[in-house]
Amino acid sequence: MARFVIRRLLSMALVMFVVSVLTFLIFNVIPNGDPASRMAGRIPTENQIERIREEWGFDEPLYVQYATTMKKVFTGDLISYTNQTDVLDEIVRGIPATFSLAIGAAIIWMLFAIALGLFSAMRAGRFSDRFLTVLALIGISMPVFWVGALMNHYLGFKAGIFPNGGYVPFTENPFDWFYHLIMPWTALALLFIGFYSRVLRGNVLDTMNEDYVRTARAKGLSERRIMIRHVLRNSLIPIVTLWGLDFGAVVGGGAILTETVFDLQGVGAYAAESIGRLDVPPVLAVVMFGAFFIVLLNTIVDIVYAALDPRIRVA
Amino acid sequence: MATDPVTEFSLDVPRSAEHGEARDAPPAGTGPWRLAARRMRRNKVALAFGALFVLIVLVCAAAPLWANQVAHTGPNTNHIADTIELDGEETQVVSFGGIPIGPTWEGRFFLGADRNGRDTMVRLLYGGRNSLIIGLSAALITTLLAVLVGLLAGYFRGWVDGVISRILDIIWAYPVILLGVALGVALAVGGLQIGPITISGNSLAIPILVIALVYVPYMARPIRGQVLSLREKEFVEAARAQGAGPVRIIFSEILPNVASTIIVFFPLMVANAILLEAALSFLGAGVQEPEPSWGTMISDGVDLLITAEHLAIVPGLMLVLTVLSLNVFGDGARDALDPRAKVRLEH
Repeated sequence: MARFVIRRLLSMALVMFVVSVLTFLIFNVIPNGDPASRMAGRIPTENQIERIREEWGFDEPLYVQYATTMKKVFTGDLISYTNQTDVLDEIVRGIPATFSLAIGAAIIWMLFAIALGLFSAMRAGRFSDRFLTVLALIGISMPVFWVGALMNHYLGFKAGIFPNGGYVPFTENPFDWFYHLIMPWTALALLFIGFYSRVLRGNVLDTMNEDYVRTARAKGLSERRIMIRHVLRNSLIPIVTLWGLDFGAVVGGGAILTETVFDLQGVGAYAAESIGRLDVPPVLAVVMFGAFFIVLLNTIVDIVYAALDPRIRVA
Repeated sequence: MATDPVTEFSLDVPRSAEHGEARDAPPAGTGPWRLAARRMRRNKVALAFGALFVLIVLVCAAAPLWANQVAHTGPNTNHIADTIELDGEETQVVSFGGIPIGPTWEGRFFLGADRNGRDTMVRLLYGGRNSLIIGLSAALITTLLAVLVGLLAGYFRGWVDGVISRILDIIWAYPVILLGVALGVALAVGGLQIGPITISGNSLAIPILVIALVYVPYMARPIRGQVLSLREKEFVEAARAQGAGPVRIIFSEILPNVASTIIVFFPLMVANAILLEAALSFLGAGVQEPEPSWGTMISDGVDLLITAEHLAIVPGLMLVLTVLSLNVFGDGARDALDPRAKVRLEH
């Protein structure tokens, strides 16, 4: 096991390195034109561009530029040239909101997906199953920012049932924190509920034909016990892996849209604002950290999986 | 949208359909493509949604017709200071308070105007055209790249596979939106230069390329997997024994066998490309002003929800209908071509 972990960590370091190089290339090398004026934002002054060129060393060879960029991103002296704020500070400030959104939404979509997937599988082919299929298809076809904006407008602004956007830190008032997050959680979860419930339904249907389920039935176990202890348990394994990865994808990027619509002031909203201004340094940093977080989470999922299932360690 | 639309969906659920097939079973020796066409014809829901998609494409393609013959204005023409006659009264297109007029249900400003006094119906059609052009072209490029890369990696294995698979892994490490945003922002500011070709930052080609690239691994990986197992099959062995070279084996032996996978993937690719375009444009990293697309229109509309709800609702509904029709149709195509396949855009 120790060898597996070490091997996995080494390959993680390698992937992170390549990801950082690629991110650097995307922002500093691939696009056309002067990288310094790109860094400076939409309406730069000549002075600013000159200063940025010097600071980032855009005349130096590429590997020196890469080193400078990485140093800037990780030591916290990366600043946005459009509003002179420290990028790392802004990102750190946004982390609690982003994690609150992702964790709550992930729990909601998993619970609903289990309930609906199980229900669908037990009634496969009947009206309720078809109805849920249609709902799930509609769910994956809706853009989250559109649903979110309409929810915010009708339920928040017009009906006043929920607060119209905004974020309250958990430490300040747990109830308000929850109250403000209900709508964003739901909007974000809708998409995943459709997807996960269908995957689970398929898994449950497959598992129900397994020999050990027939054995359990032959032993005279109750249907309820069979479904929960034998079928559901085994159907959940592939979904839990997916869940870990999707959670990472939401924290590392998917939250951008939801946070913007609900004004959640997380990392995603910060990224979205910067994108709107075509402000390169913050986008560069968010992409770098987002991709790193995903790679890290993938590694953790792999290691946990190997701890649970020894066969994987060999592969 | 962080994840993957799937085809774990199936509208003709009861696998007891097998009983039905026994009753009017096709004559022995019917080819797989004909069998698939038979199954597709039976799936009325999927066909209806396929027709809906074609209808949406036709309507959007006719955008210039509506603009020239009915509305007499272009998608990017401002009428902010203009007035039009409505029920015999002179009405401002955009009031002094900045509120645009709502739907007139007449030729001009059929669906009202936006903040800049631009005709919403005209923009909706042109925007749809842009969204569809981006979705279809991006999906086409993704498919070509993914098939090529998947065939090469799967057939030659060894270092070719090693290099290709590592590159795909790296692209895979980024969440779809994040990579799209990174490329979109970087290219929107400076444009792109590939050899002698220069693409300016506000060209539609930028979102097309960005979206096409982002989705390549999602399609290339399953194709590579299929090719890996196909190349060991007896018919490939036979072709090799007859002296066929790699090019012929790849294109006339292996490619036809992954064709059904490609066909199943394509509508889902288009659906996802359209959704990603909307997301990128919503954030400002996709289609750039003043060019319309459903994503930019929703983005503009969300800012005006309080005064003009329809500006966000209408483009959103069009987007959902289009993506839904593709998803339902693609689902039916999967059931018809390969009922047991679990083609999904995996994560």
